[in-house]
Amino acid sequence: MTAMEIVGSLGIVGYGLGAIGPGIGVGLIFASVIQGTARQPEARGAMMGTAWIGFAVTEALAIIGIALAFVFGFTGQA
Amino acid sequence: MSRLFSLMPLEFEPPGVESFDLPPLYEGAPEWLDKYSFMAVVSVIVILAFWLIMARKNALVPSKGQFIGESAYFFVRNSIARDMIGHDFRRYLPFLIAIFSFVLLNNLWGIFPFLLLPTPSHVGWPYGLALLVWLLYNGVGIAKHGPFGYLKHATLPSGVPWFMWPIIIPLEFFSNIIVRPITLSLRLFANMFAGHLLVLVFVLGGEYLLLESESIVNKLAGVVAWICSMAIFGLELFVQSLQAFIFTVLTANYISSAAAEEH
Repeated sequence: MTAMEIVGSLGIVGYGLGAIGPGIGVGLIFASVIQGTARQPEARGAMMGTAWIGFAVTEALAIIGIALAFVFGFTGQA
Repeated sequence: MSRLFSLMPLEFEPPGVESFDLPPLYEGAPEWLDKYSFMAVVSVIVILAFWLIMARKNALVPSKGQFIGESAYFFVRNSIARDMIGHDFRRYLPFLIAIFSFVLLNNLWGIFPFLLLPTPSHVGWPYGLALLVWLLYNGVGIAKHGPFGYLKHATLPSGVPWFMWPIIIPLEFFSNIIVRPITLSLRLFANMFAGHLLVLVFVLGGEYLLLESESIVNKLAGVVAWICSMAIFGLELFVQSLQAFIFTVLTANYISSAAAEEH
Protein backbone atom coordinates (compact mmCIF):
# COMPACT_ATOMS: atom_id res chain seq x y z
CA MET A 1 0.00 0.00 0.00
CA THR A 2 1.33 3.38 -0.88
CA ALA A 3 1.37 5.91 1.89
CA MET A 4 0.53 8.87 -0.28
CA GLU A 5 -0.46 9.34 -3.87
CA ILE A 6 0.67 12.41 -5.74
CA VAL A 7 -1.21 13.29 -8.88
CA GLY A 8 -0.06 16.00 -11.23
CA SER A 9 2.18 17.00 -14.05
CA LEU A 10 5.94 16.49 -14.06
CA GLY A 11 6.19 19.54 -16.31
CA ILE A 12 5.39 21.74 -13.33
CA VAL A 13 8.22 20.14 -11.34
CA GLY A 14 10.51 20.82 -14.29
CA TYR A 15 9.40 24.42 -14.28
CA GLY A 16 10.21 24.62 -10.59
CA LEU A 17 13.74 23.40 -11.30
CA GLY A 18 14.05 25.72 -14.26
CA ALA A 19 13.04 28.73 -12.20
CA ILE A 20 16.03 28.32 -9.84
CA GLY A 21 18.54 29.82 -12.27
CA PRO A 22 16.58 32.94 -13.23
CA GLY A 23 15.70 33.40 -9.56
CA ILE A 24 19.36 33.53 -8.59
CA GLY A 25 20.15 35.71 -11.61
CA VAL A 26 17.48 38.30 -10.88
CA GLY A 27 18.59 38.33 -7.26
CA LEU A 28 22.18 39.03 -8.31
CA ILE A 29 21.11 41.90 -10.58
CA PHE A 30 19.17 43.72 -7.90
CA ALA A 31 21.80 42.98 -5.26
CA SER A 32 24.28 44.79 -7.49
CA VAL A 33 21.86 47.68 -7.99
CA ILE A 34 21.42 48.04 -4.22
CA GLN A 35 25.18 47.96 -3.70
CA GLY A 36 25.76 50.45 -6.46
CA THR A 37 23.11 52.77 -5.08
CA ALA A 38 24.66 52.59 -1.64
CA ARG A 39 28.07 53.47 -3.04
CA GLN A 40 26.96 56.19 -5.42
CA PRO A 41 23.34 57.27 -4.90
CA GLU A 42 23.29 59.76 -7.80
CA ALA A 43 23.98 56.98 -10.35
CA ARG A 44 20.75 55.18 -9.42
CA GLY A 45 18.76 56.27 -12.50
CA ALA A 46 21.38 55.06 -14.95
CA MET A 47 21.72 51.77 -13.11
CA MET A 48 17.99 51.12 -12.95
CA GLY A 49 17.62 51.43 -16.73
CA THR A 50 20.27 48.78 -17.32
CA ALA A 51 18.95 46.69 -14.47
CA TRP A 52 15.45 46.46 -15.96
CA ILE A 53 16.81 45.26 -19.26
CA GLY A 54 19.03 42.74 -17.50
CA PHE A 55 16.08 41.66 -15.40
CA ALA A 56 13.93 41.16 -18.50
CA VAL A 57 16.60 39.14 -20.29
CA THR A 58 17.34 36.97 -17.25
CA GLU A 59 13.66 36.42 -16.58
CA ALA A 60 13.15 35.17 -20.14
CA LEU A 61 14.33 31.68 -19.19
CA ALA A 62 11.74 31.36 -16.46
CA ILE A 63 9.10 32.71 -18.84
CA ILE A 64 9.94 30.19 -21.55
CA GLY A 65 9.89 27.57 -18.79
CA ILE A 66 6.37 28.37 -17.71
CA ALA A 67 5.12 28.26 -21.29
CA LEU A 68 6.82 24.91 -21.90
CA ALA A 69 5.56 23.55 -18.57
CA PHE A 70 2.03 24.10 -19.78
CA VAL A 71 2.73 22.74 -23.26
CA PHE A 72 4.41 19.54 -22.08
CA GLY A 73 2.33 19.25 -18.93
CA PHE A 74 -0.80 18.86 -21.03
CA THR A 75 0.58 16.75 -23.86
CA GLY A 76 1.89 14.28 -21.28
CA GLN A 77 -1.45 13.72 -19.56
CA ALA A 78 -3.58 13.20 -22.65
CA MET B 1 -9.17 7.76 6.04
CA SER B 2 -7.74 9.50 3.03
CA ARG B 3 -10.56 11.99 3.07
CA LEU B 4 -9.42 13.11 6.49
CA PHE B 5 -6.08 14.23 5.14
CA SER B 6 -7.15 15.76 1.87
CA LEU B 7 -7.44 19.48 2.49
CA MET B 8 -8.75 20.21 -0.98
CA PRO B 9 -11.70 18.01 -1.94
CA LEU B 10 -11.03 16.22 -5.19
CA GLU B 11 -14.18 17.37 -6.97
CA PHE B 12 -12.65 20.83 -7.23
CA GLU B 13 -11.84 21.63 -10.83
CA PRO B 14 -8.58 23.64 -10.74
CA PRO B 15 -8.31 26.53 -13.20
CA GLY B 16 -6.02 25.77 -16.12
CA VAL B 17 -5.41 26.56 -19.74
CA GLU B 18 -9.07 25.99 -20.56
CA SER B 19 -10.04 28.92 -18.30
CA PHE B 20 -8.71 31.16 -21.06
CA ASP B 21 -10.81 29.72 -23.89
CA LEU B 22 -13.70 32.12 -23.82
CA PRO B 23 -16.86 31.82 -25.92
CA PRO B 24 -17.93 34.59 -28.32
CA LEU B 25 -19.24 37.72 -26.66
CA TYR B 26 -22.94 37.04 -27.20
CA GLU B 27 -25.10 34.37 -28.75
CA GLY B 28 -24.57 34.23 -32.51
CA ALA B 29 -21.53 36.51 -32.58
CA PRO B 30 -18.69 35.66 -35.00
CA GLU B 31 -16.00 33.53 -33.43
CA TRP B 32 -13.30 36.20 -33.30
CA LEU B 33 -15.53 38.60 -31.35
CA ASP B 34 -14.73 37.38 -27.85
CA LYS B 35 -13.91 39.19 -24.64
CA TYR B 36 -10.30 39.74 -25.70
CA SER B 37 -11.05 41.60 -28.91
CA PHE B 38 -13.80 43.53 -27.14
CA MET B 39 -11.32 44.72 -24.51
CA ALA B 40 -8.71 45.58 -27.13
CA VAL B 41 -11.19 47.72 -29.09
CA VAL B 42 -12.36 49.48 -25.93
CA SER B 43 -8.74 50.14 -24.96
CA VAL B 44 -8.00 51.72 -28.34
CA ILE B 45 -11.01 54.02 -27.96
CA VAL B 46 -10.02 54.96 -24.39
CA ILE B 47 -6.39 55.61 -25.35
CA LEU B 48 -7.37 57.74 -28.36
CA ALA B 49 -9.78 59.76 -26.22
CA PHE B 50 -7.17 60.18 -23.50
CA TRP B 51 -4.41 61.51 -25.73
CA LEU B 52 -6.73 63.64 -27.89
CA ILE B 53 -8.30 65.31 -24.86
CA MET B 54 -4.88 65.81 -23.29
CA ALA B 55 -3.46 67.40 -26.40
CA ARG B 56 -6.47 69.57 -27.22
CA LYS B 57 -5.93 72.52 -24.92
CA ASN B 58 -2.29 73.11 -24.30
CA ALA B 59 -1.98 75.89 -21.77
CA LEU B 60 1.24 77.35 -20.42
CA VAL B 61 -0.05 76.75 -16.91
CA PRO B 62 -1.39 73.21 -17.19
CA SER B 63 -4.65 72.12 -15.66
CA LYS B 64 -4.83 68.95 -13.59
CA GLY B 65 -5.77 66.83 -16.60
CA GLN B 66 -3.04 68.24 -18.79
CA PHE B 67 -0.56 67.67 -15.99
CA ILE B 68 -1.40 63.96 -15.87
CA GLY B 69 -1.09 63.65 -19.63
CA GLU B 70 2.20 65.53 -19.71
CA SER B 71 3.61 63.39 -16.92
CA ALA B 72 2.74 60.21 -18.82
CA TYR B 73 4.19 61.69 -22.01
CA PHE B 74 7.39 62.83 -20.36
CA PHE B 75 7.79 59.47 -18.64
CA VAL B 76 7.87 57.65 -21.98
CA ARG B 77 9.83 60.42 -23.68
CA ASN B 78 12.57 60.95 -21.11
CA SER B 79 13.04 57.73 -19.21
CA ILE B 80 12.39 55.32 -22.07
CA ALA B 81 12.92 56.88 -25.49
CA ARG B 82 15.70 59.38 -24.77
CA ASP B 83 17.66 57.08 -22.46
CA MET B 84 17.49 54.11 -24.82
CA ILE B 85 17.59 55.54 -28.34
CA GLY B 86 19.63 58.69 -27.80
CA HIS B 87 19.68 61.78 -30.00
CA ASP B 88 17.41 60.50 -32.76
CA PHE B 89 14.56 59.41 -30.47
CA ARG B 90 11.86 61.78 -31.68
CA ARG B 91 11.03 59.77 -34.80
CA TYR B 92 10.08 56.69 -32.77
CA LEU B 93 8.29 58.47 -29.93
CA PRO B 94 4.73 58.13 -31.32
CA PHE B 95 5.17 54.40 -31.80
CA LEU B 96 6.61 53.95 -28.31
CA ILE B 97 3.81 55.95 -26.73
CA ALA B 98 1.18 53.96 -28.62
CA ILE B 99 2.79 50.64 -27.61
CA PHE B 100 3.15 51.73 -24.01
CA SER B 101 -0.42 52.94 -23.59
CA PHE B 102 -1.88 49.93 -25.41
CA VAL B 103 0.05 47.36 -23.39
CA LEU B 104 -0.46 49.18 -20.11
CA LEU B 105 -4.21 49.60 -20.49
CA ASN B 106 -4.72 46.07 -21.75
CA ASN B 107 -2.68 44.72 -18.83
CA LEU B 108 -4.68 46.80 -16.39
CA TRP B 109 -7.93 45.20 -17.57
CA GLY B 110 -6.72 42.32 -15.41
CA ILE B 111 -7.58 44.19 -12.23
CA PHE B 112 -10.43 46.29 -13.64
CA PRO B 113 -13.78 45.38 -12.04
CA PHE B 114 -16.19 43.32 -14.19
CA LEU B 115 -13.54 42.58 -16.84
CA LEU B 116 -10.81 41.00 -14.68
CA LEU B 117 -8.92 39.59 -17.62
CA PRO B 118 -5.73 41.01 -19.11
CA THR B 119 -5.92 40.94 -22.91
CA PRO B 120 -2.31 39.67 -23.36
CA SER B 121 -3.17 36.55 -21.34
CA HIS B 122 -4.31 35.13 -24.67
CA VAL B 123 -1.12 34.43 -26.56
CA GLY B 124 -2.31 35.80 -29.91
CA TRP B 125 -2.25 39.41 -28.74
CA PRO B 126 1.41 39.48 -27.61
CA TYR B 127 2.34 37.65 -30.81
CA GLY B 128 0.76 40.43 -32.85
CA LEU B 129 2.46 43.14 -30.82
CA ALA B 130 5.84 41.45 -31.07
CA LEU B 131 5.40 40.99 -34.82
CA LEU B 132 4.77 44.73 -35.12
CA VAL B 133 7.92 45.49 -33.12
CA TRP B 134 9.93 42.95 -35.13
CA LEU B 135 8.86 44.50 -38.44
CA LEU B 136 9.66 47.96 -37.12
CA TYR B 137 13.17 47.35 -35.82
CA ASN B 138 14.22 45.26 -38.79
CA GLY B 139 12.72 47.88 -41.09
CA VAL B 140 14.61 50.63 -39.29
CA GLY B 141 17.84 48.66 -39.58
CA ILE B 142 17.34 47.92 -43.29
CA ALA B 143 16.46 51.53 -44.04
CA LYS B 144 19.57 52.70 -42.24
CA HIS B 145 22.19 50.16 -43.35
CA GLY B 146 20.68 48.54 -46.44
CA PRO B 147 19.63 44.87 -46.52
CA PHE B 148 23.11 43.32 -46.48
CA GLY B 149 24.60 46.02 -44.34
CA TYR B 150 21.88 45.41 -41.77
CA LEU B 151 22.44 41.67 -41.85
CA LYS B 152 26.12 42.25 -41.19
CA HIS B 153 25.31 44.83 -38.53
CA ALA B 154 22.90 42.51 -36.73
CA THR B 155 24.92 39.32 -36.88
CA LEU B 156 28.54 40.42 -36.61
CA PRO B 157 29.66 42.51 -33.64
CA SER B 158 32.71 44.58 -34.46
CA GLY B 159 36.07 43.36 -33.24
CA VAL B 160 35.40 39.65 -33.51
CA PRO B 161 38.41 37.75 -34.91
CA TRP B 162 37.71 35.97 -38.21
CA PHE B 163 38.10 32.40 -36.89
CA MET B 164 35.20 33.01 -34.47
CA TRP B 165 32.84 34.04 -37.28
CA PRO B 166 31.32 30.57 -37.93
CA ILE B 167 30.23 30.43 -34.27
CA ILE B 168 29.30 34.06 -33.71
CA ILE B 169 27.27 34.71 -36.88
CA PRO B 170 24.66 31.92 -36.42
CA LEU B 171 24.44 32.65 -32.71
CA GLU B 172 23.89 36.36 -33.21
CA PHE B 173 21.40 35.75 -36.00
CA PHE B 174 19.47 33.33 -33.81
CA SER B 175 19.50 35.69 -30.86
CA ASN B 176 18.80 38.98 -32.64
CA ILE B 177 16.37 37.94 -35.35
CA ILE B 178 14.58 34.83 -34.08
CA VAL B 179 14.64 34.77 -30.29
CA ARG B 180 13.96 38.48 -29.68
CA PRO B 181 10.32 38.58 -30.89
CA ILE B 182 9.59 35.21 -29.24
CA THR B 183 10.83 36.24 -25.82
CA LEU B 184 9.26 39.68 -26.18
CA SER B 185 5.82 38.16 -26.73
CA LEU B 186 6.20 35.22 -24.35
CA ARG B 187 7.36 37.46 -21.53
CA LEU B 188 4.24 39.61 -21.72
CA PHE B 189 1.99 36.60 -22.28
CA ALA B 190 3.39 34.43 -19.50
CA ASN B 191 3.35 37.20 -16.93
CA MET B 192 -0.27 38.02 -17.65
CA PHE B 193 -1.25 34.35 -17.95
CA ALA B 194 0.43 33.33 -14.70
CA GLY B 195 -0.94 36.36 -12.89
CA HIS B 196 -4.49 35.69 -14.00
CA LEU B 197 -4.11 32.00 -13.11
CA LEU B 198 -2.93 33.03 -9.63
CA VAL B 199 -5.99 35.23 -9.20
CA LEU B 200 -8.24 32.39 -10.38
CA VAL B 201 -6.67 29.92 -7.96
CA PHE B 202 -7.09 32.24 -5.00
CA VAL B 203 -10.61 33.43 -5.81
CA LEU B 204 -12.14 30.20 -7.16
CA GLY B 205 -10.33 28.01 -4.64
CA GLY B 206 -11.41 30.30 -1.82
CA GLU B 207 -14.97 30.28 -3.11
CA TYR B 208 -14.98 26.49 -3.24
CA LEU B 209 -13.49 26.13 0.24
CA LEU B 210 -15.87 28.67 1.74
CA LEU B 211 -19.15 27.74 0.09
CA GLU B 212 -18.99 24.11 -1.00
CA SER B 213 -16.88 22.27 1.55
CA GLU B 214 -18.18 21.32 4.97
CA SER B 215 -15.46 21.40 7.60
CA ILE B 216 -14.94 24.63 9.50
CA VAL B 217 -11.18 24.55 8.88
CA ASN B 218 -11.79 24.65 5.14
CA LYS B 219 -14.19 27.56 5.48
CA LEU B 220 -11.60 29.52 7.46
CA ALA B 221 -8.98 28.72 4.80
CA GLY B 222 -11.39 30.01 2.17
CA VAL B 223 -11.76 33.33 3.98
CA VAL B 224 -7.96 33.61 4.27
CA ALA B 225 -7.63 32.87 0.55
CA TRP B 226 -10.09 35.65 -0.29
CA ILE B 227 -8.23 38.14 1.91
CA CYS B 228 -4.94 37.10 0.34
CA SER B 229 -6.41 37.54 -3.14
CA MET B 230 -6.47 41.29 -2.45
CA ALA B 231 -2.71 41.14 -1.95
CA ILE B 232 -2.45 39.20 -5.21
CA PHE B 233 -4.33 42.00 -6.97
CA GLY B 234 -1.79 44.46 -5.56
CA LEU B 235 1.05 42.31 -6.88
CA GLU B 236 -0.70 42.11 -10.24
CA LEU B 237 -0.98 45.90 -10.43
CA PHE B 238 2.78 46.11 -9.97
CA VAL B 239 3.56 43.31 -12.45
CA GLN B 240 1.22 44.72 -15.10
CA SER B 241 2.75 48.20 -14.95
CA LEU B 242 6.25 46.74 -14.90
CA GLN B 243 5.58 44.55 -17.94
CA ALA B 244 4.20 47.47 -19.94
CA PHE B 245 7.34 49.43 -19.03
CA ILE B 246 9.66 46.54 -19.92
CA PHE B 247 7.92 45.88 -23.21
CA THR B 248 8.43 49.51 -24.23
CA VAL B 249 12.02 49.63 -22.95
CA LEU B 250 12.93 46.52 -24.91
CA THR B 251 11.22 47.88 -28.03
CA ALA B 252 13.28 51.04 -27.73
CA ASN B 253 16.39 48.99 -27.08
CA TYR B 254 15.87 46.86 -30.20
CA ILE B 255 15.27 49.96 -32.32
CA SER B 256 18.39 51.65 -30.99
CA SER B 257 20.55 48.58 -31.55
CA ALA B 258 19.22 48.21 -35.11
CA ALA B 259 19.80 51.87 -35.91
CA ALA B 260 23.13 52.24 -34.14
CA GLU B 261 26.13 53.55 -36.03
CA GLU B 262 29.19 51.39 -36.43
CA HIS B 263 31.67 52.10 -33.69
